[in-house]
Order: sequence, then C-alpha cells, then structure tokens
Amino acid sequence: MSEHESEHLLGYGIFMVVWLALIVLTGLTVVVAGVDLKAMTVTTALLIASIKTILVLMYFMHLKYEPKFFRIMVIIVVIALVTFIFITFLDVFFR
Amino acid sequence: MNNTMEVVESHHTDEGAKLGMWLFLFTELLLFGGMFILYSIYRAKHSQEFFLAASELNTFIGTFNTLVLLTSSLTVALSIEAYRRAHKKAAIWLLIATILMGLTFMVNKYIEWTAKIHHGIYPGSAELLSMSDGEMLFFNLYYVMTGLHGLHVVIGVGVLSFMLYFISKKPPEGEKFDKSAAIKLENSGLYWHLVDIIWIFLFPLFYLIS
Repeated sequence: MSEHESEHLLGYGIFMVVWLALIVLTGLTVVVAGVDLKAMTVTTALLIASIKTILVLMYFMHLKYEPKFFRIMVIIVVIALVTFIFITFLDVFFR
Repeated sequence: MNNTMEVVESHHTDEGAKLGMWLFLFTELLLFGGMFILYSIYRAKHSQEFFLAASELNTFIGTFNTLVLLTSSLTVALSIEAYRRAHKKAAIWLLIATILMGLTFMVNKYIEWTAKIHHGIYPGSAELLSMSDGEMLFFNLYYVMTGLHGLHVVIGVGVLSFMLYFISKKPPEGEKFDKSAAIKLENSGLYWHLVDIIWIFLFPLFYLIS
C-alpha cells in the first residue's frame, strides 16, 4: 500500500525547479524578443514556448509519471494540430 | 489480498477519471488551435501591420501576468502534492493562493482592456475601423483569443473554489485523505495547467512581436 502510494508522491523540490526554469525561460523569451533576429524571431518564441509547454506537461501535469498511453495520446493530438496548421498554410499560399 | 484488490481498483478509476479529463483537454486544445491557425495565417499575410499593432500592447502587464499564471500553476501542483501527503492545511492555503493569482490575472486583464477601450480600440469602434486590415485583424484576434482565455481563467477559478470545499471536508474514516477529492483536485489542476499552456503561447504571439 505505502509502496504504491509513493509512486504518486513527488518531491516538492522538483516542482520548484520546474517553476524556476519556466520563469527563466519567460525572461529569456522577453529578452530575445527585443533582439532583431528577422525571420528567426517567431521560431525562437515558439521554440521557447514549446519547451515551457513540455515542462508543464511532463512535471506539473504528471505526464512523466502516467502510463505511456497518456503520452502517446498527447503526441497524436499535437501531430494532428500541427498537420491542420500545415495543410491550411499550403492551401492559403499555394492555391 | 483483499487490501491489494482495493488498491488496484481505486488505481483504475483514478486512471479512467484522468483519461476523461485529458480527452476534454484535447477538445479545448483544438478549440484554441483553430484560433491559432487563424492568427498564424493572418500574421503571415499582414506581418508588417501585426508588428505595428502589437506595439500598442503593454508588454509589462503581459509579462507580469505570465509570471502570475506560471506561479499559480506551481501552487496548484504543490497543493495536490500536499493533499496527497495529508497536509490538508498546506493544500488549502496553496489552493487559496492559486485562486488569488487567478483573480490577479483577471484584474490585470481588466486594467489592460479598459486602457485599450479608452483609446477607442475595441471591436467595431470607429478608431479600429479606420485602421488597416492587418491591424484590425490583430486587435479583433487579440480580443477574441485573450477573451476566451480569460473566460477559461474565470471558469478555472470557479472550479478551484469548489475544490476548496471538497478538500476541506473531513476525510473518510481511517483514511489520511479523501481519494475521490484528490482525483477531483488533480483533474482541476490539469485544467488549470492547460489554461497556463494556452497563455504560454498567447503571450509571445501578442505581446512580444514589436
């Protein structure tokens, strides 16, 4: 019983570390936005946002500790969304 | 033997409830996803006007709100951990902190929107109609997307307030904490984190493109 419960219990520390990383990444995205990177600006912003999202998903939302099935589901949905965006772009710009 | 059976069973309902919550979160993701598609197409078509319009937004309030929301995600995650460890008092206070940060976010949103409306920038205003197509699209998308996100924050605050009631109840006889309350709290936490993730993308796309 107690062994089973311990699977669910994570240290408070890991959450603090993740939070700190999220704050640092927010600072980074604000600083980078001030620098003119031309076409790379959007890419950098989205890249940082994606890293932040993965941190929230894996640790705050416990995905790292859930059965694999949950992670596969999330990946499928993300691929679906990216595909929608990609196909819409194709349609708009190469019509 | 009997005891282990019980644990296995409760573990399964736990996963079922979470699965249901995740499926709901996917529908939410696709709801916002549609708007992100609209945003990215119009931005690609009117990039210059989007830059111009975005410089009107208050980056300071945007950044501050990002920090508030990220921190509220931390406190709700900690609240869940605390409740599972039967630290009920800590769980309650962390949840109250989360709710207060959600409200702080909305107060900032109110200040921000009021300032915009004072400058005559709101959907259908004469000021907005006199702008170029790109700027108009930017501000309309800004109102719809941050508005829908704000609605989710309000709902999240409401749900978490209900959780305050559930976790402050006495746990069942012989249990350290109420398992069903813990599952409810975890699922509400998942919803709150999704709202946080949406904002993680809204923030750079609206506030940081000048």
